[in-house]
Amino acid sequence: MGLTRTSLTAEIGRGANYTDKHDCVVALAGNPNVGKSTVFNALTGMHQHTGNWSGKTVGTAFGRYTYDERTYSVVDLPGTYSLLTHSKEEDAAKDFLVNETPHLTVVVSDAACLERNLNLVLQILEVTPKVLLCVNLIDEAKKRHIKIDIGKLKKHLGIPVIAITARSKKDIERLKEEITRATDNPSESAYTVQYDDEIEKAITTLREGGVGTRFEALRLLDGTPEAGGDSVPSGAADAVAALQIARTAAELSDEIAKALVKTAEFIAKEVVFVEKATDMRREKIDRVLTGRIFAYPVMLLLLLLIFWITIVGANYPSSFLSNLFSSFEMPICRFLQRLGVPQFFTEMLVFGMYRVLYWVVSVMLPPMAIFFPLFTLLEDVGYLPRIAYNLDRCFHKCSTCGKQALTMCMGFGCNAAGVVGCRIIDSPRERLIAILTNNFVPCNGRFPLLIAMTSMFFISADTAASSFWGAAFLAAIIIFSVMITLFVSSLLSKTLLRGVPSSFTLELPPYRRPQILSVLVRSLLDRTIFVLGRAVAVAAPAGIVIWLLANINVGDASLFAHLTDLLNPLGKIMGMDGVILLAFILGFPANETVIPIMMMGYMAEGTIKGYESLSALKTLLEANGWTWVTALTVVLFSLMHWPCSTTLWTIKKESGSLKWTAVAFLLPTVIGAITCILVNFVFGFTL
Amino acid sequence: MISLSYTPMCALSPGECGTVSDITLGGAMRRRLQDIGLIPGTSVRCVGVSPLGDPRAYEIRGAVIALRNDDAEAVHITR
Repeated sequence: MGLTRTSLTAEIGRGANYTDKHDCVVALAGNPNVGKSTVFNALTGMHQHTGNWSGKTVGTAFGRYTYDERTYSVVDLPGTYSLLTHSKEEDAAKDFLVNETPHLTVVVSDAACLERNLNLVLQILEVTPKVLLCVNLIDEAKKRHIKIDIGKLKKHLGIPVIAITARSKKDIERLKEEITRATDNPSESAYTVQYDDEIEKAITTLREGGVGTRFEALRLLDGTPEAGGDSVPSGAADAVAALQIARTAAELSDEIAKALVKTAEFIAKEVVFVEKATDMRREKIDRVLTGRIFAYPVMLLLLLLIFWITIVGANYPSSFLSNLFSSFEMPICRFLQRLGVPQFFTEMLVFGMYRVLYWVVSVMLPPMAIFFPLFTLLEDVGYLPRIAYNLDRCFHKCSTCGKQALTMCMGFGCNAAGVVGCRIIDSPRERLIAILTNNFVPCNGRFPLLIAMTSMFFISADTAASSFWGAAFLAAIIIFSVMITLFVSSLLSKTLLRGVPSSFTLELPPYRRPQILSVLVRSLLDRTIFVLGRAVAVAAPAGIVIWLLANINVGDASLFAHLTDLLNPLGKIMGMDGVILLAFILGFPANETVIPIMMMGYMAEGTIKGYESLSALKTLLEANGWTWVTALTVVLFSLMHWPCSTTLWTIKKESGSLKWTAVAFLLPTVIGAITCILVNFVFGFTL
Repeated sequence: MISLSYTPMCALSPGECGTVSDITLGGAMRRRLQDIGLIPGTSVRCVGVSPLGDPRAYEIRGAVIALRNDDAEAVHITR
């Protein structure tokens, strides 16, 4: 999940012709968390993002592969538990199966949890008999002493069944072979669930009345046709009405659900052999990771550890990249001059656009290339759903969804990625709250500023103890940002987005060994490059604007200086000054540039500059009237101001509304400004 | 007064098992529970409580699912 190519391709895929007419269309269906995306990746070789928590793929992704001189278009449907429930995912999956009639539907299921998975298989068999059941994670089941009689399962269901481990290349080849065979020889004796006599009779009547499949008949009887969705043929309407007089829609719905669950239970009893039912290892780990004593300390420590690795690890590559790129400045200048480009434009392009561009790349790329793989690792192992589990109570109290905890964690890496991540939240109201509040947790781009402020103004000498206090202060900032997120979420739930918490089911998957290499590749390609791409797209024009402001003089001062003077009174009320405020405004494309722009303003130079050492920076800042209160308000305003342009753009896309994008801009800004004014008012006197 | 002859599912302590006797929830949540195989007659086991006491995790047909106590209260079980 996150800012993945999946979401991108899904957008392209919708509407456009996603498959060639001659391709063999294969749909991938299955419960969430059964490794469906892994199968998809392995089949198509396309890097669709997979993760170890439920309900990741909301858009439909597709890919292609060729086997035996035939091209197959694989469509990855959203993970669903059922086709009967009405939610975004279920409707998308159902619509595809019913309307697009794929040549074959491969249902991926979890061997360790086959019974529940069979429920979906049985429902899909009501739509089409062209189904191949792929029992995945067979190695994991074996480890847990769960045996499955594949031959017997095949006989019961009357469709081809294959047991695989999606991580194994050999198994994927077997799967491809099986897909080819199943497409050529469609099953003729696929199993259908038997409901009670009345329902069966009604299904027959409905189908005679013009309803296409058993499944559509079931949905009509289920009594939950969505507005304008399932149209009822005239002859069928009476049959539904007649039956629904005898038994209420709710009773019918229960009866249908019962028949499906009982059938799945019956088949599972015949084919699944369990020696030792419970997963003791998982329970032992969970007792620590979700226990009363260790849950929160472990969460905080893990978070700090990730930050620490990110910051320390990013240091060297960042300065390396920065030096590398800056060494090109002069050659580019000379090249442009030789081309006859006027001096003014040469400077604007090199010291304006190019310099800001490489600054953003060299400060953003290394931390993201470290943070995202680490985060993906936690996701792969299965820890992330536990975070939602641990924190759900807090979000419940704010009338929002526990899964918001996950999108919040993702926001620590990049708020834009966090906003996209909000797709995992089912309720539109709760999703919008998560989107609007994501910006309250500081992203990677804001950490350098927070850390610089901490080490310059809030910890004393450079001793061993000081690095501990630095980490503690950082932890306090993080906890504060989480509390603000909760506070604002609860505020929104009581005002603009009133409502009661919707129901919540969260699957806690077994802990799995992560696939290190694929984690690296996936998070680099899917998240890092994508986020960086968007950042670069806005950094280039921003670089030109900053340079023009600093180099166009009106009267006796630059535009930059005039703006600074204009903003100074407002800045002073908030405990800061005009330069700081302007730096935040010009830092709109990327929060990383706030400190360099500030320095540019204080040194009255024409281009942004990196800082050699923190003590030199501190001297510069103190010379410009900074105190610890200034630093504190800068920290607070950094936590609570408008989202960066990339995030705002993403919010517009995800919410589809200008109004809510405006709210996303104003809400943190107003809260941040008020907080800064209050802090300045209270502590300003102590100086 | 009507005596409460059932136990709500959220009253199970970690490690305790029970069999669902009735689900009084309606609408989407009832459906969602049916989807994961929770109907009268299903056996459930509480496998854990989150640090703040809510939600709780239950083993339902081989999978571990966390449910909020508000929802689990409406699932009646017999031990």
